[in-house]
Parts: sequence; structure tokens; C-alpha cells
Amino acid sequence: MATERPHLAVIGAGPAGLAASLAAAAHGVRVTLIDSAAGAGGQFYRRPPAGLGARRPEALHHQWRTWRRLEDALAARVEAGTIRHLADHHVWCVVPAVPVGFVVHALLGPLQEEPVTVRADAVLLATGGYEKVLPFPGWTLPGVVTAGGAQAMLKGGLVVPGQRVVVAGTGPLLLPVATGLAAAGVEVAALVESADPKAFLRRPVALAAQPGKLAEGVRYGAQLLRHHVKLLPRHTVVAAHGEERLDAVTVAALDTHGRVRPGTERRVPCDTLAVGHGMLAHIDLAESLGCRIDGLNVAVDEEQRTDVPGVWAAGETTGIGGAALSLAEGHIAGRSAAARLTGTRLDPRAWARAARSRRRAREFFAALDTVHVPPAHWTEQVTDDTVVCRCEEVTAGAVRNAVDELGAGDVRTVKLLTRAGMGWCQGRMCEPAVAGLAGCEQTPARRLLARPVPLGVLARAGDPDDD
Amino acid sequence: MNPLELVGAEPGPGFTVTLDGREIAALPGQTVAAALWAAGVTSWRATRGAGRPRGVFCGIGVCFDCLVTVNDRPNQRACLVPVRAGDTIRMQEGTGHGD
Ligand SMILES: Cc1cc2nc3c(=O)[nH]c(=O)nc-3n(C[C@H](O)[C@H](O)[C@H](O)COP(=O)(O)OP(=O)(O)OC[C@H]3O[C@@H](n4cnc5c(N)ncnc54)[C@H](O)[C@@H]3O)c2cc1C
Ligand code: FES
Repeated sequence: MATERPHLAVIGAGPAGLAASLAAAAHGVRVTLIDSAAGAGGQFYRRPPAGLGARRPEALHHQWRTWRRLEDALAARVEAGTIRHLADHHVWCVVPAVPVGFVVHALLGPLQEEPVTVRADAVLLATGGYEKVLPFPGWTLPGVVTAGGAQAMLKGGLVVPGQRVVVAGTGPLLLPVATGLAAAGVEVAALVESADPKAFLRRPVALAAQPGKLAEGVRYGAQLLRHHVKLLPRHTVVAAHGEERLDAVTVAALDTHGRVRPGTERRVPCDTLAVGHGMLAHIDLAESLGCRIDGLNVAVDEEQRTDVPGVWAAGETTGIGGAALSLAEGHIAGRSAAARLTGTRLDPRAWARAARSRRRAREFFAALDTVHVPPAHWTEQVTDDTVVCRCEEVTAGAVRNAVDELGAGDVRTVKLLTRAGMGWCQGRMCEPAVAGLAGCEQTPARRLLARPVPLGVLARAGDPDDD
Repeated sequence: MNPLELVGAEPGPGFTVTLDGREIAALPGQTVAAALWAAGVTSWRATRGAGRPRGVFCGIGVCFDCLVTVNDRPNQRACLVPVRAGDTIRMQEGTGHGD
């Protein structure tokens, strides 16, 4: 009987969580797939809701066939009752249950007030990541959005924020964002990438191991050319201008040390700036479970297990590396969890193909990571009156003062002295900036709750009959 | 070309909501933020300290820059909340609690 199967709770229905759920369900496990979005797909396969009646949503996507396979397989599993998909469920905490297993605490719907709990024998964290943006003067002006945010609003809401956009920062995400916006009729005035394309040529081995990825890059290049998008490599945005709304940005060339070359600044009129400097993993749920964190990512072994028994992690929560890597990791995690939960013999050969693509993708992204670094001297462009913590409106000057005058030596002390990172977003947006300005390493934040929780819900969370 | 044309969208019947009393057209399935963007509005909040305008930044519910008051409930993330016919949306000042 289906209900006697061991039960795995998968949190996150992006590529990683979907692949994990399907693999686990195919190997004798009952899965509850929990995600805050209204539909499955995560960031990569974000689609417009049914009400918008998109007949060709694939026009904004690549690897659409893979999505269709995942979508069909999920529907079949839901139909068969081996996967239960809880959409619109915002997980704020996962705790070990007594005597065994875990309790997943979620809040229902966009208002996030009604609590729901899910009990499971094991959990798999596939919560993905979010974009990192380093500050510069004017970055809080309306019209300045994250590159991924522009993409999410485009893919999910079929809207664009303006008519003329500059896409800027560093990293592979800028390419689909620029081409997506251009295809949707926005004039892309420039793609400003701080990395040096020549740096790729110094990493031929890891890059050549991924011919598919290279072809993808070439395809994007061709599309940008077709839309007459001006490419500005080794350039950076040094300021955004406007009163109540963005009306221009200043871009400048970088020297080989990552410093702005004086005299190269020029103003580019635009009403939108889509900017991103890489991605950060969502690790809050893993942190509250006590999982080991490696750098800023959840640490996992070959089977995608964390060091807490019964907790697996896959996809960008374990390190940034794109959708294909997330799929491979999810598959392995799902297979491993199923084998462990059903007590069947573990045979890593069963997922050898996924393991191979995982290894190649990790090598590829490790190489990309050394190329796509923000300009080494980005803090020199951040004026004292630039707001760094968007929620609490803490300026760069205040952070510098905390370090220089008050002797703060780490992000935690800066936070206590300035309130940077104490607002609504709990430092998710300003942490890299505060660390950079304070001249220290960014460290895991130890946020105990993944979402803001109404106090009434928190007070009742320990009640045994809350189920 | 616009995004709706690009994906061959045939949206269900549109409806209106109000933004500080002004009527705004919205499409089914859109979030509050998407409807506001479609109407050309990119800021709908003034910060607590300096009173500076803000709108969407991250687009996915992480940054809390897009807070807005919907049907008298302050501090809703416009990028997450689906828009519904007849919604009363108000630009939000500071904490949204009128203090
Ligand atoms: C805004 C944005 C846009 C992006 N757009 C592109 C793109 O166009 N092209 C591209 O190649 N890459 C894009 N990326 C990169 C993309 O994240 C990865 O390639 C891929 O989606 C990672 O897969 P994943 O399964 O690890 O995580 P994701 O796809 O991010 O999925 C994670 C899922 O977990 C859910 N989740 C997270 N926390 C919780 C919680 N506490 N409770 C409940 N649910 C939760 C989220 O709703 C999400 O659905 C984008 C990233 C971001 C942040
Ligand atoms: S735009 Fe960041 S939370 Fe809505």
C-alpha cells in the first residue's frame, strides 16, 4: 500500500527538487514536494500562470523539452499518488521530530499566515539560490532591478520594467537575461560584463569538457548580435542616476587589476538597469537543522547527503552551477534517499551517468567562478552616502565608521553597531556588501527562520496536536 | 514585439484594481507587481527613514523592497501576491502602519 512506503519531504520544486522527487518516487518512496511558488519549475522553468494563456511559453526558455518531460512525469506521479505537490507553501523551519523523522513547518499562500506541518522520515533540501548584487551609488533607485528579477518578472508575469535597459554585472545569468529582454521587445543598450573574456582562454580544459555549454554561449552571442546589443567586456557600472526613477547609468572600463580606468566613464541613458554579481545559496533551512556549511553552501557527500542523518541537499543550495547540475544532483539525491529509506542495497553505478555530468558541470562552474569575479576594487566606487543595507537604510559611511572608528572586525559586529542586515530581508541583500566594505570574508549568517513568521504561529509551533 | 506577443498570450478577461484610488487594468494570474509594471508604475513605497521610492528589486520574494498595502493589509510583497479583481492597492509610507 502506498501509505506504508517511507516518506520523503522535498523542499523546492526547481530542477533539483523535481529530479529528486521523481527519482525517489520511482524507487519506492512516497514524496511530498513542497514549494512556495504557485507552480513547479523553480527559477529556471518559471512560467506565466494559466490565466495569462501563453501559447508559446517556450519562447522565453531554453531546454524546454527537458521541462516537458519533468512536467509530464510529475503529473503522472501526482496522479498515481506517489508524489503529493504542495504549492504555495512557504517553509520557515524544519526540525527533527520525536522519536524519529522530521517536521516541516510551512505557511500557506501569499499572505503566509496559515500554518501547515508535514511529517516525514527524511528531508531533501532543494531551495536553490538568489542573486547577489554589490552596491554602487544609485542602486536603490526604482528601475534598478536584479538581472534574475527582471528575468523572473518577464518569464512569470510577461512584463518588462521599461523600454531601454542596460544589463550589467558579471556571470553567466546576464546572457539569458539580455537575450530574453531583447526578444521581448526591450532595447538592450549594452551588456556590461566586468570579466575579461580572455580569461576563458586560460581555462581550456574545464571549458572544453562541456561542449554543450560552449555552444550555448555561442547561441547567446549570436542572438545578442542579431539584436545589436553592444557588448562591453571589462566594464562596470559605477553609478545609476535619476531623481525618483532611473534615467541613466555611468559605465567605465576596468584595468587589469579590477580598478576603474580614470577618464573612461560615460553616461548611457536607460530606464532600467538589470544587474547581478553572481548567486548565493539559500541555506537557512540547512543551518537551522545544524547541517555543516562549507563556505556559503550546504556541504554534501558523494550521495548528496548532509552530515545530519536523514537530510539530503541538492541543486544550488549546495553550490551555484546552473540547471543541468541541479538536475544531476537532484537525481542522485533522490536515488540515494530512496535506497537508504527502503533499505535496498546502494549501488552508485545506478546513477553513474548523473555522477559524470555532475562532475563535469562542477568543474565547468568552478572555472567560470574564477573568471566571473566582481571587480577587485568595487568598494572604491561606493560613496559614503550610498545606502548599503536597503531595508534599514544603512550607508557605506556608517559601515566604514563602524570598522574604522568603532573597531568592528566582522560582519556580526558591524550589524550590531549599524543595524545593517537587521531588517526585513535579514541581511540576504547586504551581506556581501557589508563584508566587502568591512574587508572581511562573508560567513554564513545563521538565520534561524527561513521566512518571517507571525508570532502566533511561532507560539503554537511546538504544540503536539498542531498537524 | 512585447512579452505577451512573444509567447502568444491569450489572457483571460482583464479586470481593474485601484492604486491610491486610480483605476489600473490587470490580467488574471499576474502578481500585484506585474500589474503595476504593466501600468507603467515602478515605485509604490517610500522608505521609513529617508522616504525614498522603491519598487521591485529581486522579483522573487527575497529583498522586501516591493512592500505594498493590499486591501488594508500593509507589508505585502507585491512580487508574490496575486492580483485579484477589485483589489484596493495603496502606496506604502514607511512601516505601512501610519506611524
Ligand atoms: C531570479 C532568478 C532567475 C533565474 N533565471 C535563470 C535563467 O533564466 N536561466 C538560467 O540559466 N538560470 C537562471 N537562474 C539560475 C537558476 O537558479 C538555476 O539555474 C536553477 O534554477 C537552480 O535549480 P535549483 O533546483 O537548485 O533551484 P531553483 O530553481 O531556484 O528552485 C528552488 C525552489 O525552492 C523554492 N524554495 C526556496 N526556499 C523555499 C522555502 N523556504 N519554502 C518553500 N519553497 C522554497 C523556490 O520557490 C524555488 O521554486 C535564475 C536564478 C534566479 C535567482
Ligand atoms: S522584489 Fe524583492 S521581495 Fe518583492
